[in-house]
Amino acid sequence: MGMQFEGKSFIDNLPKIYGVYTGGFLAFFALMAVLERFGLGADTIGILFIAFTIGIYAFIGILSRTMAVEAYYVAGRSVPPVFNGMATAADWMSGASFVAMAGGIFIAGHGYMAFIVGWTGGYILVATLMAPYLRKFGCYTVPDFIGTRYGGKFTRFCAILVLVVASFTYVTAQITATGTIAARALLIPFEVGVWFGLAGILVCSMLGGMRAVTWTQVAQYIVLIVAYLIPIFWMSGVQGFGWFPQFQYGPAVERIMELEPLLGVGTAALEPQRGLSVLTTLHATPREGAMAAWQFVTLVACMMIGTASLPHILMRYFTTPTVRDARNSVAWSLFFIFLLYFSAPALATFSKLQLLDPTLPTAIIGQPIEQVLALDWVTRWSAIGLLAVIDQNGDGILQINEFFLNPDIIVLATPEFAGLPYVISGLVAAGGMAAAMSTADGLLLAMANALSHDLYYKIIDPKAETKKRLLTARVLLLVIGAAGALVASLKLTGILGAVAWAFCFAMSGLFFPLVLGVWWKRANRQGAVAGMLGGLIVGWWYLLAVRNPDAWYGIAQPWLGLNDLRFGIVGIVASLVAMVVVTLLTPAPDAEIQRMVDEVRIPSGQTIIGSMK
Amino acid sequence: MAQLSAENRVEHWRQTRRLMIIHLTIWFIFSYVVHWFAVPLNNISFFGWPLGYYMAAQGSLIVFVVQLFMFNRQQHAIDTRFGVAEDQN
Repeated sequence: MGMQFEGKSFIDNLPKIYGVYTGGFLAFFALMAVLERFGLGADTIGILFIAFTIGIYAFIGILSRTMAVEAYYVAGRSVPPVFNGMATAADWMSGASFVAMAGGIFIAGHGYMAFIVGWTGGYILVATLMAPYLRKFGCYTVPDFIGTRYGGKFTRFCAILVLVVASFTYVTAQITATGTIAARALLIPFEVGVWFGLAGILVCSMLGGMRAVTWTQVAQYIVLIVAYLIPIFWMSGVQGFGWFPQFQYGPAVERIMELEPLLGVGTAALEPQRGLSVLTTLHATPREGAMAAWQFVTLVACMMIGTASLPHILMRYFTTPTVRDARNSVAWSLFFIFLLYFSAPALATFSKLQLLDPTLPTAIIGQPIEQVLALDWVTRWSAIGLLAVIDQNGDGILQINEFFLNPDIIVLATPEFAGLPYVISGLVAAGGMAAAMSTADGLLLAMANALSHDLYYKIIDPKAETKKRLLTARVLLLVIGAAGALVASLKLTGILGAVAWAFCFAMSGLFFPLVLGVWWKRANRQGAVAGMLGGLIVGWWYLLAVRNPDAWYGIAQPWLGLNDLRFGIVGIVASLVAMVVVTLLTPAPDAEIQRMVDEVRIPSGQTIIGSMK
Repeated sequence: MAQLSAENRVEHWRQTRRLMIIHLTIWFIFSYVVHWFAVPLNNISFFGWPLGYYMAAQGSLIVFVVQLFMFNRQQHAIDTRFGVAEDQN
């Protein structure tokens, strides 16, 4: 039985299909909760959650296999805006957003929320400056736009280069995350978990390309948002904070600010523990001074501009039927992303209040140490080294600076503070897996598509037949995936560091060539090449320089506090200057290109690439 | 291709650009300016939240979401006025 993945009846049925799917997932969750009551073990529940969800993704991936170019690269340009919004949200929210965001806010307070502002506001840039115009262009990949707008094989090659550098940095972090979750849920070593995670990722994308990735990403979004929100609602309801905590946690923030001086938040630990942190940053109070404010806004800027330059996000907007749909689907993407990001600070706040507030039964700070050590969740997380409770001043009472934790466990452990059943942890593991897998899929596909379409078909062998092109695309997917897993298993950088670098690479190399391609008719090939290479090289050099202050790179101190998470600021300035100067020193693009830019600017009519055939 | 006179083409782009600038100005205020003043804003209480914290945790995000849906309507209105919306030809 073949299934239609395009056409009116399929599109009309989408709400029903995914409605049934969501119902099925909730029923599975309920079943697990009941079975837990009847004594099903925690390990088995974890395995069942991972196996059930990956099984569904694989099923969708296999059903939507295709041998058509349009379906493989842009899902047949038939994805309705709301569904494309969900797919983009899953594509976007990585394992880091899901697992690390709330924990980061828990431990680092206001400064960490730059990520929340940056990872949402970037979509304003996407909608106003890019997505509709790229959709009108009718390209298959981001380098396809650069290559056609500016002309020249070398220009296209530069775009491929930036794309691969940024996406590869990002994908290793995602494969690391799938490996970590798979290892913990399936009780296998991390090195094996990485390859297991990769297999799950590839089964979603190998056979059906963009079409398969789109429909699995929608499914993954549903799993991840359900898995993020259910524990928050449940926990908050059980603890009496109200059933819609996102709009009610103001007083909880106030209460934390009141407790902080009483509990002595801000005193460092007597003996720091490797890999674990104590809470020393105030919850809602920003650091004083212009430098702190500068660091906040520069991090916001890097995340926003990076958002608008990351090819795996931009290419999602190539899949909508019209230009207007592309624009609408950016707004839906932001809405679906917002649902998770505005919940993360609420989760961090409740999580902290439960531990701190002596009037709550869950409080541990200020309690006798034996009593805390006897708690179930303390024992469990201590056993795997992600938490430590040590009475360092020997007074028999747990102080705030004697409670050590790895912030990444906040999302998983918070339901346990409230004494929720293990089934919640299984759900959260499935959500984290969905978040990491969907992002990895988008990234791998962006790279494999750029290499197969732009490098192989457009540069190396323009006469290649369809079958050969699609075969190449799949082989590349496999090779890049394997390379990513190999690098991931070496554990070179932390997840968050790698993610921030990917944003900085993308903005250094791609932002201005993309934006000016639409908004500045005068921009020409030489300028674009200078912008891409100048930005990438300067950004890369600056990253190496601030990471290795003692080496020969020529900088002893970061400029203006721009550390390695913010090197994109330096790269993008270099890119803009190089692009503008070189463009103005060289001749304007020909009339043909200028007319192409005019056409890109209006929604109606044929796509640019379509009218060139 | 849509039938569009040269002046209309210029005018359509002028209005599109103006809309972009308006929205990016709002975006700039809620992305950067507000957070630059997070410390003084925190002295104001907003339904229990310190305002500086609230803007980073929720306020800016809500502005972005609402703004984007509005932008779409406005851009579509411009396109329709010049007869270059996609369902018009």
